[in-house]
Amino acid sequence: MITASSSKNPILRVLNMNTSGQVSGRSLPLWRQLLLQLLCFFILCTVMFPIMYILTMSFSSQTSRPSSLDLFPKEISLVAYKQVLDRPTGNPVTFVELLSNSFKLSIGVGIVALFVAVTAAYAFSRFKFKMREVMMVMVFIPLLMPAVGLATPLYLLLNQFRIAECSDGAASILPLFACSGGERGRLLFNLRDSLLGVGIAMTATALPFAVWNLKGYLDTIPKELEEAAAIDGADANQTFWKIVLPLAVPQLAVTFFIGFIGHWQEFVLTWLFLSQPKDYTLAMTLYNMTGQYATSIPWNRFAAMAVIVAFPVAVMYIALQKHIVGGLTGGSVKG
Amino acid sequence: MATAKPETRRRSGNQRALLPYLYLLPAFLIMGVITFYPLIYQFIISFTNFDTTHLLLGLKSPELRFIGFKNYVDILTGALPVENFNFFRVLLFNFWWAISNVVLHVPTGVLIAVLLNTEGLWMKRIYRAIYILPIVVPPLVVATIWRNIFDEQYGAMNQFLALVAGFFTQTDAVVNIRWLNEYKPPIPGFLPGAELTLAYYAMMIANFWLGWPFMSLVATGALQSIPRDLYEAAAIDGATGNQQFWNITVPLLRPAMIPAAVYGFTLTFNLFNFVFFMTGGGPARSTEILVTFAYNLVRNLRWYGVAAAFAVIIFIVALIVFLITNRITRATKTYQEA
Repeated sequence: MITASSSKNPILRVLNMNTSGQVSGRSLPLWRQLLLQLLCFFILCTVMFPIMYILTMSFSSQTSRPSSLDLFPKEISLVAYKQVLDRPTGNPVTFVELLSNSFKLSIGVGIVALFVAVTAAYAFSRFKFKMREVMMVMVFIPLLMPAVGLATPLYLLLNQFRIAECSDGAASILPLFACSGGERGRLLFNLRDSLLGVGIAMTATALPFAVWNLKGYLDTIPKELEEAAAIDGADANQTFWKIVLPLAVPQLAVTFFIGFIGHWQEFVLTWLFLSQPKDYTLAMTLYNMTGQYATSIPWNRFAAMAVIVAFPVAVMYIALQKHIVGGLTGGSVKG
Repeated sequence: MATAKPETRRRSGNQRALLPYLYLLPAFLIMGVITFYPLIYQFIISFTNFDTTHLLLGLKSPELRFIGFKNYVDILTGALPVENFNFFRVLLFNFWWAISNVVLHVPTGVLIAVLLNTEGLWMKRIYRAIYILPIVVPPLVVATIWRNIFDEQYGAMNQFLALVAGFFTQTDAVVNIRWLNEYKPPIPGFLPGAELTLAYYAMMIANFWLGWPFMSLVATGALQSIPRDLYEAAAIDGATGNQQFWNITVPLLRPAMIPAAVYGFTLTFNLFNFVFFMTGGGPARSTEILVTFAYNLVRNLRWYGVAAAFAVIIFIVALIVFLITNRITRATKTYQEA
């Protein structure tokens, strides 16, 4: 019955094939091979369409907006890239500064979260203790709250830490020391309006994610290894440092890179907190170039910027593809 | 000697009982300051009229007043003085957005994975390598690219449609579809309570491009772990390729695809970067999701009290979603055991 109905329906006919991909024997009939090739090629075109569009635009020297559809570069001009590298925004901030701000935030937050998270993940994975369930839920709660949800209180919290120069030359370090007479003084530093402050705020969501991702992985490391070490006389600290930690290194790397990819495009907190151009990141600049106030920016320059922002993440993802997918589906989701 | 032994054992026992807390200490110290304290603070100010005038002094501010549940009531009844805001419309749209995406991505991802797993297919490796590309581009960049593709005057989509139309009519057709700005829904009454504007369809196209390759990647991994003897045995018993697909491939993919679908759902539900960069919630808030509106409250309106109340509501919604999805993933576990 099923074969009879499937032979009439072209979609089911295409599907009517061996899905194991391994069974040897009869080869694919030519007509089906061509049909499937056509389908694959069509999917390939849809996948490549936006990528070719943006690449072609970025290699164009035309500053006007595209008047016709070009999916293949007619010229390879690096003018747009050069302009972006020379003067990425209207503000006095160099490309190197933008790049280093992005890297500082992504790497800094990633490393701090990782180091703090790994011991917590170990405790959740290996020990049975009274408050375990409660504490695990406590770690999970922030994950339910999107970054935007925690932005208000973090903004208010970090905004309280300021350093100002009072009129009498003394320094006021809020909230510990205020200027005499209640005057505000000249603001030198506001933790909220600094990369450090944004980094702290980003850690609030990065840390719980790292704990959960690592915990899922540590659960899969066989306990026998630690038991064997215990028989040989190692205490819990030694097993952690000498056995579990070395085994967890691949997943530490994966957790770091998943975090990095997320932090690289962090926009909410940076855009909310930072106001000085010297602190801007690449993601913020891309928004500046494409937002509603940016009609004057040539599309080729915007395209070049988009390619530049995507580049580090793309390279990392391709290099670590298998591990990242495994880490995402195996670690964090199953929890 | 006999007395010293239990002594040391007890001491090491105590140490062992304390050890997990010692390992948890750094994480909880940091989270105490930057997570739990802000959460509680958030909860408190959600009952106040906190705005920019209270920024410096915080809760010590003399004019700060407790106004009870007013912020919550204002949000839920739509009494906020914000244009085109209706909480339940945003909520409905948010759920529809996440569900409709996952419903499209998962089957497409599986089908394409199966397609690429066909025995004897030429250039498999090349296709696999290229199909992965959408995943490696950050959603923020994907959204900015597609925003420009859907530009009504210069965008690639309208130019492409004009090219196709010109091919059929032999004229220089001009297509000016206002993808991101047209407010009138193309299919009236599609989602009663939250009409879907063209911008929604544009977002669906872009996120479809972004989303199915990940599902395909997961499905490919799962497909390759299905033992081939199952297919051989089925083939000997006379099962057609179709029967093999529905009775072997689909059930054995389920344990891998359900967690992936749940992950996709939660990710899409809060896909701030994508929605914000693509439409900014427009036109007229028709594509606003909860997180983009929360961002609006803080960034543009600076009503910190209202924003805090909104965040608490988001938290409750997220908690409900979590409880439901957690049930679903647990369901797969019992499935595997059965």
